[in-house]
Amino acid sequence: MHPSSLPGLHPTPVMELLNTTMDNLVDIQHLTFRRQKRVIYDDISLQIRKGQTTAIMGPSGIGKTTLLKLIGGQLKPDSGDVLFKGESIPGMSRRRLFDVRRQMSMLFQSGALFTDMSVYDNIAFPLREHTRLSEAVIEIIVMLKLQAVGLRGAAHLMPAELSGGMARRAALARAIALDPELILYDEPFAGQDPISMGVLVKLIKALNDALNLTSVVVTHDVNEVMSIADYVYILAEKKIIGEGTPEEIRKSDSPLVQQFLNGEADGPVPFHFPAPSMESALQGVK
Amino acid sequence: MEWLARLGSATLARFSAMGRATFVLTGALIAKPQPMKHIPLTIQQMYVVGVQSLSIIVVSGLFIGMVMALQGYTILVDYGAEGSLGPMVALSLLRELGPVVTALLFAGRAGSALTAEIGLMKATEQLSSMEMMAVDPLRRVVAPRLWAGMISMPLLAIIFSAVGILGGHLVGVDWLGVDAGSYWSIMQSTVEWNEDVMNGIIKSVVFAFVCTWIAIFKGYDAVPTSEGISKATTQTVVYSSLAVLGLDFVLTAIMFGIE
Repeated sequence: MHPSSLPGLHPTPVMELLNTTMDNLVDIQHLTFRRQKRVIYDDISLQIRKGQTTAIMGPSGIGKTTLLKLIGGQLKPDSGDVLFKGESIPGMSRRRLFDVRRQMSMLFQSGALFTDMSVYDNIAFPLREHTRLSEAVIEIIVMLKLQAVGLRGAAHLMPAELSGGMARRAALARAIALDPELILYDEPFAGQDPISMGVLVKLIKALNDALNLTSVVVTHDVNEVMSIADYVYILAEKKIIGEGTPEEIRKSDSPLVQQFLNGEADGPVPFHFPAPSMESALQGVK
Repeated sequence: MEWLARLGSATLARFSAMGRATFVLTGALIAKPQPMKHIPLTIQQMYVVGVQSLSIIVVSGLFIGMVMALQGYTILVDYGAEGSLGPMVALSLLRELGPVVTALLFAGRAGSALTAEIGLMKATEQLSSMEMMAVDPLRRVVAPRLWAGMISMPLLAIIFSAVGILGGHLVGVDWLGVDAGSYWSIMQSTVEWNEDVMNGIIKSVVFAFVCTWIAIFKGYDAVPTSEGISKATTQTVVYSSLAVLGLDFVLTAIMFGIE
């Protein structure tokens, strides 16, 4: 377990220096985030190492997407810091943040393709916005990206004509259009049939190796992600409850981690949402 | 005392909404212009909000001009003043009905569509994903729509008045037999360029700004659920209509009020 996730033990400056020198692309330090009064994250620290696939798992509803939005600078932490290549994301000016975002991209759960453009134009969109390439060059790049996700034949279709799995692959092609260094995947496997799930697992792995990307996969599909991740963090109850390589995680003796991995209905994470006792509810006592 | 707290929180919510609306407006308007990118996008939006609203504007203008001529004629003819039908129709259209009715129709036809479109883009994370692609949605999505609305609506109001005057001619001259010469010549000598035509155009520019601003803000600020978008669309039409009618009184008082 990482020392910073143990209660009462804070990393010394020397350890922090070591962490930043260890080729961390993203370094989250003592991050606390609240939505109104509800605490989502309470003093968490985690590192995304360059060139690796890092999985962030946890039960649904604990704000895993929020973490990606914090890395992307769409939300600001209440305290703590998010470093990208050693530079603080919450502290950036809007202009600098937009520059940095060109080096990262995010695959949204819904795909978030622009519905008024064809698949081709969707993938050409970031190229047209951020480069001065000619249309002929853009066409070559778009076709290469579509070929990589297996959708070259679907270039002329509108997003509404794609199946869920195809839409996500098209969105993936758009996400890699500008050859980012970091890709953030938000629940890439949610709601997919076994075949498209297999395709996506293969694609994420292949892209990570072939393009030398750094990937962050937020998910609760344990088996799929354990097969491709180099390093895994498990989040629950506002904290990191376990981390390590997939083998280390499987051997973890934390009951919370085991409950999550094995999908047990009740355990340290209770089955019931917090509520007054059933007796008092039935007697009409508030 | 509870009502006092409710009043306070409602007031605070209003003020914070106004702050967000101003933020959206400045974010969309104040930026380094990129004419090569933004002019084609604005023209595309002008087609959607302007050209596609043309049929409803032309048909409404025609019928309103015809009704005005019919109503005006039955009153004026009692006093033998049916020759003044031309200026009556022209002045009511140019000063009031052109800008106001165009704005109300625009809010219902184009404003609600803008709100629903932007709201749905928000709900389907398209705006969010654009932001993650380092493209500012305020400039890429909102600004072209704002400019398109502000350019289109005054043009639509001019077309509305012109068609209305022709409709008045159709009923007054062709049907009821008012002399065509007096219809046009008395209109020409009565209608002032600055006093009547320009004031009407100024009105419609103000209405265009307010209606489009409300429409895009309500979409951008919508709660990203189907319920939230339906509420935002309704609010766009209601708020735009009220704002137009209220502002019309204020502008009329300033422009034509007794000195």
